[in-house]
Amino acid sequence: MAALSDNLLVYAILGYALAMLAYAVEYAFGSRSVVSRVAERELVGAGGPPVVETDTVPAADPGLAHLAGRVAYAATGLAWALHLAALVTRGLAAHRVPWGNMYEFVMAVCLVGATGWLILLTRRPGLRPLGLFVTLVLVLLLGIDGMLLYTRIAPLQPALNSYWLKIHVTAAITASGTFLVGFVAAAMTLIRTGYDEGKRSFPYSLGDRLPPADGLERTTFRVHAFAFPIWTFAVICGAIWAEAAWGRYWGWDPKETWSFIAWVIYAGYLHARATPSVKRTVATWIAVLGWAAMMVNLFGVNLVISGLHSYAGVK
Amino acid sequence: MSTVDVREQVPETPPLGPGALLVTQARKAWRWLTSMRTALILLFLLALAAIPGSLLPQRNLNEDKVRQYYLAHRALAPWLDRIGAFDVFASVWFSAIYLLLFTSLVGCLVPRLRGQVIALVRVPPDAPSRLDRLPAHRENLALDGDPAAIAARLRAALRGRRFRTVVRPQPGGGFTISAEKGYLKETGNLLFHFALLALLLGVAFGSWYGYRADRVVVRGEDQGFCNTLQQYDDYGLGARVAPGDLEPFCLTLDDFQATYLDTGEPADFRAAVTYTVGDGAARPAVVKVNDPLRLARARIYLLGHGYAPVLRYTDRYGVTQTTVAPFMNLDGNGTGQGVLFFPDANVDPTRPRDPFDKLQVAFQGVYVPTSDGVSPLSTFPAERNPVLVLTPYRGDLGMDAGIPHSVYSLDQHQIDTGRLKPVGTEPIRLKPGGSTRLDDGTTVQFVGTRPWIAVTVRYDPGERVVLIGAVCLLLGLVTSLTGKRRRVWFRIPPAGPVAAGALARSEYAGFQDEFDTLMKELE
Repeated sequence: MAALSDNLLVYAILGYALAMLAYAVEYAFGSRSVVSRVAERELVGAGGPPVVETDTVPAADPGLAHLAGRVAYAATGLAWALHLAALVTRGLAAHRVPWGNMYEFVMAVCLVGATGWLILLTRRPGLRPLGLFVTLVLVLLLGIDGMLLYTRIAPLQPALNSYWLKIHVTAAITASGTFLVGFVAAAMTLIRTGYDEGKRSFPYSLGDRLPPADGLERTTFRVHAFAFPIWTFAVICGAIWAEAAWGRYWGWDPKETWSFIAWVIYAGYLHARATPSVKRTVATWIAVLGWAAMMVNLFGVNLVISGLHSYAGVK
Repeated sequence: MSTVDVREQVPETPPLGPGALLVTQARKAWRWLTSMRTALILLFLLALAAIPGSLLPQRNLNEDKVRQYYLAHRALAPWLDRIGAFDVFASVWFSAIYLLLFTSLVGCLVPRLRGQVIALVRVPPDAPSRLDRLPAHRENLALDGDPAAIAARLRAALRGRRFRTVVRPQPGGGFTISAEKGYLKETGNLLFHFALLALLLGVAFGSWYGYRADRVVVRGEDQGFCNTLQQYDDYGLGARVAPGDLEPFCLTLDDFQATYLDTGEPADFRAAVTYTVGDGAARPAVVKVNDPLRLARARIYLLGHGYAPVLRYTDRYGVTQTTVAPFMNLDGNGTGQGVLFFPDANVDPTRPRDPFDKLQVAFQGVYVPTSDGVSPLSTFPAERNPVLVLTPYRGDLGMDAGIPHSVYSLDQHQIDTGRLKPVGTEPIRLKPGGSTRLDDGTTVQFVGTRPWIAVTVRYDPGERVVLIGAVCLLLGLVTSLTGKRRRVWFRIPPAGPVAAGALARSEYAGFQDEFDTLMKELE
């Protein structure tokens, strides 16, 4: 069962890579007008100001782009199913929740990210060009996970053997996975905004085929507004667990410190966005910074800084 | 930027006196402090200031690491220490940031609270004259009947949808209806921010009236302890805690069980203890990782464990003494290091003591619970092939001067000055039950080991406030993020079609949809 889980994860990564390739084909060969038309429909539906795209560059090959789009959608769904199966079989093999070490944690975070993306895509088909970047992040994170963080199945350490593992870590995973989607949306917002301002260097050149910045920015906000309370809940549960395990609810352990930093940055983002005098671009940059703090919390704190949260299990 | 333009239009005011100038400056500073921009900057400074707390060793987490850092960076460390870099979260600058932030928060919240109270009491304002200027509007609503009947119907329908609704008769006949919904958004927002204040107060209260204390407890009735400061290895009392305030309990370790996987990874720890509170009866309890012993005003946590070898020494005069000493873990496999002291050994019962010719004895030892016969370190954390390696010392242990020193090591000064000398050339290796004779005819026997546990005793009366604060914070957050404040108006003329308009007072993507649905249902 453990080997099955490992194999399933490899196939899931391949699936995401295939989806990424298909998204890339659609991205490259699809016409800007196709993208913007979808986006325009999306925007009107969202009740935002109408955006009129004047440039209608003919598609290089609309048929191919259309096909690639469908392949991308199907491949993402298939990879997601494999990914889910990999996590479930891992849990069955270990006889416990499959998030007892860093390898499993990252796998679960990516699954939440992929789930969030599929939900978003179903509800707002106009965001499809983002798929290229979502799958890119997923392939990168899962690749790092499988290659560098892989850990053999082991029972839980006594310190982790608590029902709070199910509550606290599940909340942390859900929030992290949602922030992942939020990060991609934020990064794309910045790229598209930069492109609209006339920047043509990489990575702003990618903004060409992205949906309009307004809609992207609103999506960024909504995803973060969804994830932030979950993250708050995760931190609070962590504090309750810490009280039971270590005798204090907060002790500025590196993991706690970086969770606090990420929380403060995301709180700053929500405030900045609600403040008219702060430019939306600045606010969106803050969201990107929040994801950077989450990554430091995941990789930096687990692998570099030692602390009480030493459950990574990475040798 | 528009504020700048406004300021430029303000006519020159006559020069102010020093008092008035001070007031103006103070007011300006207050306005600056309570502005959102300042709050955001402070928020980021707070995040930034927390970073060194995770990168540099911190005294509150690990005093030893700070010492190591001092040794590794002799020039830099004192400077870092001077700016509080090893106590980031208690430093002046970190405190300054969060206190400014909270002051800014209070300055921002009080007017908002006042505003919200007024909004909750006040009825929604009358309809604007041009409803068609609103983001969502409809002319010509298909409503039949006379104006009063329509107004009554609309009012009932809106109230059914939990809109706060007010109908105002108009001078020329006809009515306007104002309805508002989503007051919870601002209420939640305020709750969130006030909960932050409660959190800060709870933390402060806990740090004043709480305490922590740590010690090692070896198994056995003779090795228990009571909750008094003298009996702790290390402790920290809150500013308002006197030594007599500690909950009067005593505790002994009856048994400790550790189970391991074949890989040596721990599977379970459990400590069976007996405790008494005050003059109460002795009660048994089990303390586990994640499962402390909770008393009314103290909690006892199991944080670590190890082995305490028991040694029996028979001196030159035939006097036998037994001692037990917890050995500190050197690794994750239970290799322990420590010293067994016999300060009362070799005292001639027939002669008065000579303070300059002591024959006290101590054994510096390394305990290996599972020896593979080759490595000096243990290969498994449980006792599968235990070996105790001892180096005997004889002379003056330097313990009688009244100077406190470590119970885990010998006084190096006594060894350096030759007052305490090692006995023999080869260390002694003993199995449990094994004994050996030293050069002076005295014997030493390794009786066996007892387990020890490291406990921390904690009390934090601010916890409840913090927990309630955290729950309110989350509730407020969810309400403020999901709530949508919006107003709907209707203008019912004495004759002719009814017009409606609506305004979302916060970001609300589904606003137009809701308005359309509402109109459809009202018609």
